[in-house]
Amino acid sequence: MQRITSVILRRYIPAAFARGLIIPILAVFTAIVVGSIFMMINNYDPLAAYGGMLDGALGSKRAIARTILNSVPFVFGGLSVAFAFKGGLFNIGGEGQLFMGAVAAAWIGVTALGIPPWLHVFLSLLAGCIAGAIWGGIPGALKAFTGAHEVITTIMFNFIGIVFAGWLVSKGGEGQKQGPLVDPDPMNIVPRTAEIAESARLPLLEWGREPMHLGIILALVAAALIWWLVWKTPFGFGLRMLGLNPSAARYSGVSVVRNTVITMAVAGGLAGLAGTVETLGRNYYFAPNFNVGYGFDSIAIALLGRNHPIGVVLSALLFGVMDAGSTRMQLNAHVPSEIIKVVQALILAFVAANEIIRYIYRLRAEGEEEEVVLSTGWGKR
Amino acid sequence: MDSSLVLIAVLRSTLRQSTPITLGALSGLFCERVGVINIAIEGMMLTAAYMGYMTNVLTGNLILSVIVAVLSGGLMALLHAWLSIHFKVVQIISGTVINILAVGLTGYFYQPGAVTKGKLQSVTVPVLSDIPIIGDVFFNNGPLTYLAVALVFVVNVVLFRTRWGLRMRAVGEHPSAADTLGINVISTRYINVVIGGMLAGLAGAYLTLEAVGSFERLMTNGRGFISLAAMIFGKWTPLGGWAAALLFGAANAVQTQIQFSGNVTIPHQFIGMLPYVLTVIVLAGFVGRARPPAAIGRPYEPE
Repeated sequence: MQRITSVILRRYIPAAFARGLIIPILAVFTAIVVGSIFMMINNYDPLAAYGGMLDGALGSKRAIARTILNSVPFVFGGLSVAFAFKGGLFNIGGEGQLFMGAVAAAWIGVTALGIPPWLHVFLSLLAGCIAGAIWGGIPGALKAFTGAHEVITTIMFNFIGIVFAGWLVSKGGEGQKQGPLVDPDPMNIVPRTAEIAESARLPLLEWGREPMHLGIILALVAAALIWWLVWKTPFGFGLRMLGLNPSAARYSGVSVVRNTVITMAVAGGLAGLAGTVETLGRNYYFAPNFNVGYGFDSIAIALLGRNHPIGVVLSALLFGVMDAGSTRMQLNAHVPSEIIKVVQALILAFVAANEIIRYIYRLRAEGEEEEVVLSTGWGKR
Repeated sequence: MDSSLVLIAVLRSTLRQSTPITLGALSGLFCERVGVINIAIEGMMLTAAYMGYMTNVLTGNLILSVIVAVLSGGLMALLHAWLSIHFKVVQIISGTVINILAVGLTGYFYQPGAVTKGKLQSVTVPVLSDIPIIGDVFFNNGPLTYLAVALVFVVNVVLFRTRWGLRMRAVGEHPSAADTLGINVISTRYINVVIGGMLAGLAGAYLTLEAVGSFERLMTNGRGFISLAAMIFGKWTPLGGWAAALLFGAANAVQTQIQFSGNVTIPHQFIGMLPYVLTVIVLAGFVGRARPPAAIGRPYEPE
């Protein structure tokens, strides 16, 4: 069986195309198979489950719209991690950056500025992006100037950001003042901001009668821009050089300090935009309880997409499908939606340890492959 | 409220909050001292909390539950070790796998409404517990709390006074030199990462079997990451990690107290933030330098 699959794969799929796609596709496939084993352990029907998932994610125009909307923050998050990866940096702070972006966007969004809607939307987007960039840039600067490893600092900044954003919209009580951004309406008992002004909401696209906001276009534009920045500019050249061979980059005059700060700031800005589009396009307010585990999902998406913008968009869509379909899956086949997390963890494991996949399907090693040297140690690079 | 009662409440809460962090910090220490980054303390803790809880639900045997929790923490660590040592997966990615997997597995197998048969009860130390304030705070706790404190000192001795500890440090600082001297780098890493996982497992057991008595989805709530912070804040030493865990526990206890006291105007969130801010400051070297083991994060390639 394994032999047959391997022959089919080798013979009928063009080599160059296959080289990039084969491991991710087999990783996803294998993870889905292992996921169904878990389902069978608990006496669920995997076919009904995955069928329900596909139906819930792609079964109707409405479902597809929801899937695409779910994918939007994943695209930004995946790009954020992938971009940092290209420069040899690990941005695990997506969650904090997303919170800071979301709350900053809501702040500008609720402020009635009396300006034209396109400008209000633009300023809100910019605010979210800048807030995320600051939240990524500080760990970048700490790394560049003091050597504090970005993995730890971004994890810490996750908590600081989440708690800080929570304080901004807290209701106070017992001698504690309420947060500066909390909804002033006393009837609202939920700790969140007020609804953002109409003029700050992302415009809706005409797509049948389904709700679909501009976020998806923004995400695709961001993917294109990141591709251009990484592969077509001198900055991107230095970035990739730092990722592939830090000492060679340093000797050829690439500024490690400057690049580290900018890379983390851009990565943070992208993750900030993930929170921003959710706020401006979907929720219309900020409440400190959304998107748990987003930072980790982004890592899986970036790796599954091989740190390439196109790959990131595709794997973000896959995660969007899983997300959007999980409710229907639970409804149809009674499988707890958390099985999705198990499958996602397995996908990440199989992509990262692709020797497992190669072993199962008897694939040969790929030979020369760009390998990023992550600054794995905790110290200076 | 009477101020001495407030003091006792805050101190007791400090110790309670710090116990899982102490154990988590020791867990991180065992992994990082042999050169393996462990950002998966959270996932190991969560898995163990769940497994301990379910064993308690099914058997009602608390000692068996603790053992199962510890072993399941070790099992997750074995997966981390296998991915990061055998397959040389970037350790942070492998840790991320464990964290996502733990959330998925515990959520997937979670049974709402399961009922446990009791939890670990406090053990009062005779005589010592009669000392005012101190007795109440330190000598009237559950068994895992005492065990956590004892382990701090045990690990300190193991790490700095035994052959085992010397080998750990050698492997974490200079694996190829250790290899030359006949130390098996790979197996040293495997064993100690698994021990680290078991300590995280003990922290999980503490949560479901001693502190809370039941399991909730995502109940570790970032304690694994704050353990990692405590380990760094304690500069990769058991005693330092313990002190940091106590400090972080105190920040948490004070934060909770402020929310209900009614006369403190500093937002309680700012105090809750303190552990994370302090860790960044220490890591950046603004206050003393935290120096990690030299070979951390690098898979070992024998020459």
